[in-house]
Amino acid sequence: MSVTTTDNLTGQIVSAVQQKINVKADPLRNEALQIFQELGLPAPKHEEYKHTPIARYLEKNFSFAASPASGPLADIKRFFIPGVDANVIVMIDGVFSQAHSRVISPETEIKIQSLGEALAAKNPVATQHFAKYLDIRNNSLAAWNTAAWNQGIFIHVPDNKVVETPVIIYYISNATAGENIVVNRNLIVAGKNSQATVVEKFDSTGSANHFTNLVTEVFVDENAGLDLYSIQHDLNNRFQHNITEIFQKNSSRVNTFTFTLQGKFFRNNLHLALDGEGIESHMYGLYLLNSDTLADNHTVVDHKKPNSFSNELYKGIMDESSKGIFNGKIFVRPNAQKTNAFQANRNILLTDKATVNTKPQLEIWADDVKCSHGCTTGQLDEEALFYLQSRGINKDTARAMMLYAFAGEVLDYVKHPQLKDYLDSVISDRLHKNF
Amino acid sequence: MLSIKNLQAKIDDKQILNGINLEIKAGEVHAIMGPNGSGKSTLASVLAGREEYEVLGGEVEFLGKDLLALEPDERAREGVFLAFQYPVEIPGVSTINFMKTALNQIRTHRGQQPLDAVSFLGLMKEKMKLVEIDQSLLNRALNEGFSGGEKKRNEIFQMAMLEPKLAILDETDSGLDIDALKIVANGVNKLRSKNNAVIVVTHYQRLLEYIVPDFVHVLYKGKIVKSGTKELALELEAKGYDWIKDEVSVA
Ligand SMILES: Nc1ncnc2c1ncn2[C@@H]1O[C@H](COP(=O)(O)OP(=O)(O)OP(=O)(O)O)[C@@H](O)[C@H]1O
Ligand SMILES: [Mg+2]
Repeated sequence: MSVTTTDNLTGQIVSAVQQKINVKADPLRNEALQIFQELGLPAPKHEEYKHTPIARYLEKNFSFAASPASGPLADIKRFFIPGVDANVIVMIDGVFSQAHSRVISPETEIKIQSLGEALAAKNPVATQHFAKYLDIRNNSLAAWNTAAWNQGIFIHVPDNKVVETPVIIYYISNATAGENIVVNRNLIVAGKNSQATVVEKFDSTGSANHFTNLVTEVFVDENAGLDLYSIQHDLNNRFQHNITEIFQKNSSRVNTFTFTLQGKFFRNNLHLALDGEGIESHMYGLYLLNSDTLADNHTVVDHKKPNSFSNELYKGIMDESSKGIFNGKIFVRPNAQKTNAFQANRNILLTDKATVNTKPQLEIWADDVKCSHGCTTGQLDEEALFYLQSRGINKDTARAMMLYAFAGEVLDYVKHPQLKDYLDSVISDRLHKNF
Repeated sequence: MLSIKNLQAKIDDKQILNGINLEIKAGEVHAIMGPNGSGKSTLASVLAGREEYEVLGGEVEFLGKDLLALEPDERAREGVFLAFQYPVEIPGVSTINFMKTALNQIRTHRGQQPLDAVSFLGLMKEKMKLVEIDQSLLNRALNEGFSGGEKKRNEIFQMAMLEPKLAILDETDSGLDIDALKIVANGVNKLRSKNNAVIVVTHYQRLLEYIVPDFVHVLYKGKIVKSGTKELALELEAKGYDWIKDEVSVA
């Protein structure tokens, strides 16, 4: 039964893609669509999607028929993070909006352009890195993206450039006239000794459902530093599948932040390949879920060479009937001696109906390594609550204090002051902070 | 001020308090002593409103109010303060922010204006001096990684900040070095007045040399089996509890 419906849905998606894009004209797209067709959407039993029945979610909530054009989109600035001087890129329904975008950094410092145009113009950096890191053979969503992406952003920080001004990409879905399906593809290349910050933020208007299949490939060259933020705080009916594929060279430093605060369905695949020595990678995640939101973070950190360091901290608070899923894989390849790899996943369940599934997966083939992982799931510490209350603090405030303290550990790692202020205010709001 | 009548309580199906009777008037200091496991902390927790304990019978009246009907935070706002035998570590909650929130919720309850940041810090400085606690300690997360003695001192600091009417000090002296003991006792004495009362739970006569009690009670198997004046503490120090246990079993 379920296999059939998954097949039907896959077929619907394939024909929707074929209607929009001349897949035959591009060997990579053509191949990717074939792979997607063969793999199909992950079946309910699929090991990597067993808690996250994406096919069922898509089938229930989307028709994949062409939707009528949405109306005009007013007041885009309300989605912007206040007080940040940034290079602003706005994508509306997956399409770059020149009118709302504004790049303030000089082009010698950072190049931001349409990925499609960069590839069409045979930009050597773009062609060198595009589609080189994503594995489309083992993930049908990756194959779907590669076959179907219509637009995306190419960001190139040349060697030795330190870009203080962050790039913020606002993905705005205007689902006012009907369901909205967006397939975007980005490429970020950080040259040797460069430094940059890229933020992705997702918002929407309209009451219809919207699904985003987003792939971002990232190449971080020797001794470069990159901070990547994903802010998933959409009040509306957002369903989203993200793949972030990061490839790091010697002595590079990457910090990723994934904040999932609001929406219906999120699957975040974060994959870091540490292909060099002296690399430092930090992965931070915070998911504050309520209602019936499902948020699934699947992370892989792959130590391919010796002497690198990775550290992962994901924390979640599940309220109402929300579902959290965390799967953290650490691979240490046979020659990746002297690897340090740490992972922690901490969860608080606030109701009986909320759930979390957490699974660390360590596969270590080298012998001289330091690895640790720890998962905890619990309720709010009653003893601590009592302690706070015994000082005259009412229960709601005491709860908010403890939850905020729990979440604050992740927030503490955010260095950019205005970003931190913004995230702090959003998180405070979500946790009903009143102290 | 506090009137406990025939108080009985249990935890996890085990009855710990077996009918406690105690009258405390404003201005008094009562010491509660007794062997390990006799129910001293249980009594303190029940008075502070810890949910894990179920009250099976009896009454507690505090300043004319039914104390047992109040939530823990309401009791604190009415003026009950428990200095914990084992203060809880709460990572991520800043001590200063916590203290300010607590004080201002209590002040609001008393019909006073909440303190602004400047006056709050001023008050804090004053009370820090009183209990000789270091600012660097208060800049950290609440009790996190504090030494045993530092936690106790922090309890007394909080008491000084909140100015309770009834302070219950549960073995605040254990884990304190001699100097800290004097400082803590001194802090308590400075807060003593004819309007408030203190319950001191302790195993040692030493603390009672500094905080001189008006009454000493012995708690044994969930009951107050003997009451007296400060001389009783001296007698216990000299003779231990066996003679009291014998008296109880004979009776
Ligand atoms: N959850 C529980 N289930 C069963 N018994 C409990 C539980 N919690 C406490 N007790 C018991 O209650 C009794 C009283 O404990 P309490 O902490 O009040 O003693 P205390 O007089 O404060 O002792 P101490 O001098 O060692 O601090 C002890 O025997 C203890 O083991
Ligand atoms: Mg005790």
